[in-house]
Amino acid sequence: MTYSITLPERNTLSAWRDAARRAISHRIAPGDIDWNGEGSLFAAGPLPDSSGPHEARVPPAFLKLAGSVIWHASPDRFAMLYEALWRLDRQKGDPLSQADPLGRKLYLMAKSVGRDIHKMHAFVRFRELPGGQRRSFAAWFEPEHHTLEPGSAFFVKRFGDMDWLIATPRLTARFEDGRLSFAPGSARPDLPEDASEALWATYFTNIFNPARIKLNAMRSEMPKKYWKNLPETRLIPDMLADAEARVARMREAGATKPRTGAATVTARYRAAMPQADDIPTTLGEAREAALQCRRCNLCEAATQTVWGEGTPHAQSMIVGEQPGDREDLEGRPFIGPAGQLLRTIMAETGNEPASVWMTNAVKHFKFTPRGKQRLHKNPDKGEIDRCRWWLGLELSFIRPRMTIALGASAAFALTGDDRALAARRGTIETGLHGGPVLISWHPAYILRLRNPQQQAEARHELSADLRKLAMHHPPPADHIMSA
Amino acid sequence: MSRMTLQQKLAILSDAAKYDASCASSGGEKRDSKQGGLGSSGGSGICHAYTPDGRCISLLKILMTNFCIFDCAYCINRVSSNVERARFSVDEVVTLTLEFYRRNYIEGLFLSSGIIRSPDQTMSDMVRIARTLRETHNFRGYIHLKTIPDAAPELIREAGLWADRLSINVELPLDGSVRKFAPEKRPETIRTVMAQVRLEGEAAKDKTHTGRKAQRFAPAGQSTQMIVGADGADDVAILSSATRLYTGYRLRRVYYSAFSPIPDASAALPLVKPPLMREHRLYQADWLLRFYGFSAAEIATGTQKGHLDLDIDPKLAWALQHRGQFPLDVNRASREMLLRVPGFGVRIVDKIIAARRDRTLRFEDLTHMGALMKKARPFVSLPGWTPRGLIDSTNLRARFAPPPEQLSLL
Repeated sequence: MTYSITLPERNTLSAWRDAARRAISHRIAPGDIDWNGEGSLFAAGPLPDSSGPHEARVPPAFLKLAGSVIWHASPDRFAMLYEALWRLDRQKGDPLSQADPLGRKLYLMAKSVGRDIHKMHAFVRFRELPGGQRRSFAAWFEPEHHTLEPGSAFFVKRFGDMDWLIATPRLTARFEDGRLSFAPGSARPDLPEDASEALWATYFTNIFNPARIKLNAMRSEMPKKYWKNLPETRLIPDMLADAEARVARMREAGATKPRTGAATVTARYRAAMPQADDIPTTLGEAREAALQCRRCNLCEAATQTVWGEGTPHAQSMIVGEQPGDREDLEGRPFIGPAGQLLRTIMAETGNEPASVWMTNAVKHFKFTPRGKQRLHKNPDKGEIDRCRWWLGLELSFIRPRMTIALGASAAFALTGDDRALAARRGTIETGLHGGPVLISWHPAYILRLRNPQQQAEARHELSADLRKLAMHHPPPADHIMSA
Repeated sequence: MSRMTLQQKLAILSDAAKYDASCASSGGEKRDSKQGGLGSSGGSGICHAYTPDGRCISLLKILMTNFCIFDCAYCINRVSSNVERARFSVDEVVTLTLEFYRRNYIEGLFLSSGIIRSPDQTMSDMVRIARTLRETHNFRGYIHLKTIPDAAPELIREAGLWADRLSINVELPLDGSVRKFAPEKRPETIRTVMAQVRLEGEAAKDKTHTGRKAQRFAPAGQSTQMIVGADGADDVAILSSATRLYTGYRLRRVYYSAFSPIPDASAALPLVKPPLMREHRLYQADWLLRFYGFSAAEIATGTQKGHLDLDIDPKLAWALQHRGQFPLDVNRASREMLLRVPGFGVRIVDKIIAARRDRTLRFEDLTHMGALMKKARPFVSLPGWTPRGLIDSTNLRARFAPPPEQLSLL
């Protein structure tokens, strides 16, 4: 061995980087460096003062790895990192890959450091110190690696408005008046008792469910090596000893008699809950009842009943198929993409939303989940049949002079006739309620058409039908029809 | 009645809160106290302690009160239960949260509550606690608020202003069971709240047309909990229900909580041992739904009469039913298919894909990467390994399932 290097306890990463950069610039082989500066039998000297001619380039992944491994407790970490650097420079295999034995070791070291930092963030327990302008806290912690320095930034971010001190055997971190500083380590300090620790113990004991013991899960996440500095772990033996007896007592006690007066309280609450009328006598009552509808199974999956919208004195009614994804979430009809197209065409054809009643043949959204989407599914005849009760109520309370059925489901719901739509579009049929029903396309059908010419044609036809519908409600006196 | 001490109240109100499985403090916005205030959040949450039930303590999980006017059969706090009752004041919850936080015991607060007087009254009291923490004490740690069923939409909106996460429990996987065991709750209004939380969250992320940012709303999203084993729902029903919740309301998590005996139980539900293994398998299946591209219907093909196999994990159970798709050539297979190999996790699959760009992977490479090759072996082929007839062998399941337990002698 020819060269001997001693790295400092703090700012170790930049010190190692400087030394390694200088060593590799002279192409000094890994075997020629003693990174722990203990000297050896052979005469060892310091690295040359100035850089040599060679410039090594390393991928950012190496610097990231070194940034973790450097804090590991193993004395070999500096030599191992230099070995990796040497091999990267010489392009001898891939020491950053886990398939490489050195790469695997470095990866595991970095992981262990990361875990140690994480556990420090989790398991440091502060106690309050007396006096001072700012509140002041201190903790004693024994990390497995040299992790206090890289781990302190977290505490700076989190506890900005108080002073704190974390003492470890090798290093002490002190945060005072917003400034972080480090001092050498110390023996375990005597910290004053803290009253909040008793509250913490109460919480720890009571949040535990004795009916489900999973000791391995606890031990793997809270390894025993950390227990001696965690106040709550002292409680665990008693909690465990008592657990089985507590569960047995629960089981023996069995069901208990309900508290007196409980039934009155719930009965009063339930009485105040909205109740569905069997036979609604107004449009409002019909809506309230429909919100609780369970006439078919669609309510299990859908969010809510989407009731019609518009004026109760409408001269005309627009009936679509069923609410879509957006309608289901917001609870309003015709607000999704197809609804927006419909509203645009309505505006072009003189159909004020406020002068019509807009609703659907089926009041719940039917869908299948696919990935992140809920894909629309056509309601079947049974569902339309069962939902016709609500459509019938809307028709009977609103009594429109003309109703337009958008799409096959609406046409079937209104007329009971399930023949194909193409031949019926634009014609007026007599609905099951006895009134006229104009048959037209559903705007979603127009959106689905791929051929632009067909699309334009269908849109034109829906416009024509909506114009017919508009003739059934006189426009306001000052309304100017667009050409 | 003598006045209770803070310690007595804490004992009652944390005991009452422990049946909520959620403890996540991850996600949400990045905040710290460098410009003042106390606390930080963002990134993955920290579990500060573990209790012997294997659950972590990340948040101070307490009830504001365990007085309740609802009578949910599975709940220890139902109105008909004889359990001791207590109520925290706003200041008590605020003080506990801040003092625990300063000692690094917790990441923040998870506040739930029994329903007192009315849902609106309860929700607004809870919102006041969150607002006090944020506004008066400049608390920048994590807050998870449970939303109370049937509370007014404006209160939900304000809750989202202060909280990182909101949640409302669907409680039971089937609407019929909710109506039966929680007669004061209505499944449709629970889902309506979830829809509102999703929409408000999306609106908060979009910039308004003037370019101004919309009001903040629960940046860590929403979650829910289902109790497993209290009603007759099978696992496929539970997973289908979870799928609808994920797709419909963009939930971050669905928690499954094995129904566990409670002191002062209701006669309506059995006092059985909590089905912990079933709960575990459901979580595994849930992971398959969220990260592995499985649908509930696919997972169902590996179940027995709608129930997940308790002896082997759901991915392996699925693979054993679809042996025709294996063995996979690890060096060529798509990411989607690699994710379906038992023993391969998302991280291993990503490592495989990164590594195979440069060279052909051998069997040993996978071992070095940390893949569970004992499990994956029958389902893959690559240089250094061919499973030959292993995939078709009739005793393949027996290789993985634990040996049958001998009946113990009395």
